[in-house]
Amino acid sequence: MLKRLAEVLRGMGHRIIDRIWRLGSGARFFLYTLIYSGESFRRIHLTIREIYFTGVMSLLIILVSAFFVGMVLALQGYNTLQKYGSSEAIGVLVALSLVRELGPVVTALLFAGRAGTAITAEIGLMKTTEQLSAMEMMAVSPIARVVAPRFWAGVVSMPLLAALFSMVGVLGGYLVAVPVIGVDNGAFWSQMQANVDFQADIVNGVIKSVVFGVACTMIALFEGFDAPPTAEGVSRATTRTVVNSSLAVLGLDFILTSFMIVT
Amino acid sequence: MADNIVEIDNLSFGYKGRLLHKGINMSFPRGKVIAIMGGSGSGKTTLLRLIGGQLVPTQGEVRVEGQVVHKQDRHGLFHLRRKMGMLFQFGALFTDLSVYENVAFPIREHADLPESIIRDLVMMKLNAVGLRGARNLMPTELSGGMARRVALARAIALDPSIIMYDEPFTGLDPISMSVTCNLIRSLNDALGATSILVTHDVKEAFSIADYVYIVANGVVEAEGAPEELRQSTLPFVHQFVHGEVDGPVPFHYSAPDYRRDMLRGQDA
Repeated sequence: MLKRLAEVLRGMGHRIIDRIWRLGSGARFFLYTLIYSGESFRRIHLTIREIYFTGVMSLLIILVSAFFVGMVLALQGYNTLQKYGSSEAIGVLVALSLVRELGPVVTALLFAGRAGTAITAEIGLMKTTEQLSAMEMMAVSPIARVVAPRFWAGVVSMPLLAALFSMVGVLGGYLVAVPVIGVDNGAFWSQMQANVDFQADIVNGVIKSVVFGVACTMIALFEGFDAPPTAEGVSRATTRTVVNSSLAVLGLDFILTSFMIVT
Repeated sequence: MADNIVEIDNLSFGYKGRLLHKGINMSFPRGKVIAIMGGSGSGKTTLLRLIGGQLVPTQGEVRVEGQVVHKQDRHGLFHLRRKMGMLFQFGALFTDLSVYENVAFPIREHADLPESIIRDLVMMKLNAVGLRGARNLMPTELSGGMARRVALARAIALDPSIIMYDEPFTGLDPISMSVTCNLIRSLNDALGATSILVTHDVKEAFSIADYVYIVANGVVEAEGAPEELRQSTLPFVHQFVHGEVDGPVPFHYSAPDYRRDMLRGQDA
């Protein structure tokens, strides 16, 4: 009995130490990425290429989702607002939900699924096929050549994607609210213009999306770089990317929102 | 003392308390082709990684051109690595770059040259491995042997003084094997480089190597010119060189008695 208990405790301790260890090596990896960023900025075409792969290639899924999210928001919002006779406020509701929350959060979740997994799988496979070792043996740092450009591409893409998400979402909301439901066109836009604050809403939304960009891209890169060089290792790393990124985004969103609302 | 470009001195290396190498001494004279041989899992590839500074020895040291590899900082290590070319077991070509760009990669990274000179250099290296015509192909379009040759062209792109080969013959058909074999020797002599060849293919290695080290159980079991080793009467060397099934290296991985194992049923 005692032996069994000791075993359980030992296993638990082992797992906790392992997590802390990984957190530490993740932090070190992040630091190295920042240090080597200078080298990668000198070859800016690498970053631009990655912006194409992570940002531009994610446009379709992000924009289509945004359109539907905006339409659903308008439907749900109208349904509730009309009970209180304030259906003109629909424009504000759609815009604020998108700019403050749904834009950054849903974009980050979709980004983790679309671009994050691609990054993890690509780097994991590069490691498995010894491409990263080969680079190192050619006196080229894989962090400068492979990791840093992808990192900055993610950090640049995410706020832009989130902004597009909000924009297309508002458009989707408009299409449902004004032509379909029949809310007044002028009221829809003027209420939105009057009640969306640049600093409190838009800037804070951008800050969120930058933070999510750093978190999602870093998690995807680290998981790929840290993946055991086997088929199973890469597949597990890809799964971990989605799970960890999603949890990180939701957790960080709560923390950031509390700071933004309090201050 | 002879002019050795690489020296391994009393080297021990292991993971998690298990030693893979136990006090290895080797020297690699300039201009020669030296083969490191041994069974699968005897830590041959690890030796190459130790020479390249990708791993740090537990004890002892590796010196390249007189400098201790694991004591270099990043800058020093990268400086040393520019003198080394390494051919990985399956080529390790960058799959997102064409053959041409793969060979141009180290040149672009380390030298600020006009495109016309890069082109000339890449063409020369590709011509040396006979694949000038394949320059626009992607790595996925190449056969195993061709990929290996492109990787070789990339490894010699910066005219290294040490070329390391990790199992260059694995998975090649007989023709590709002879081609690779001849290339290793002729490139070594043309570049005036030193080649370190890690392999378990006795016939090929013996046909081109000047000197051979046989590694087993973490130590250098035997060394000498190919002809000496072929004539060796040491039981292990004899078994290895002639590929005999039974000898000092048993056919069976250490296991309990066969009959008892079978009778025990499913609990094993």
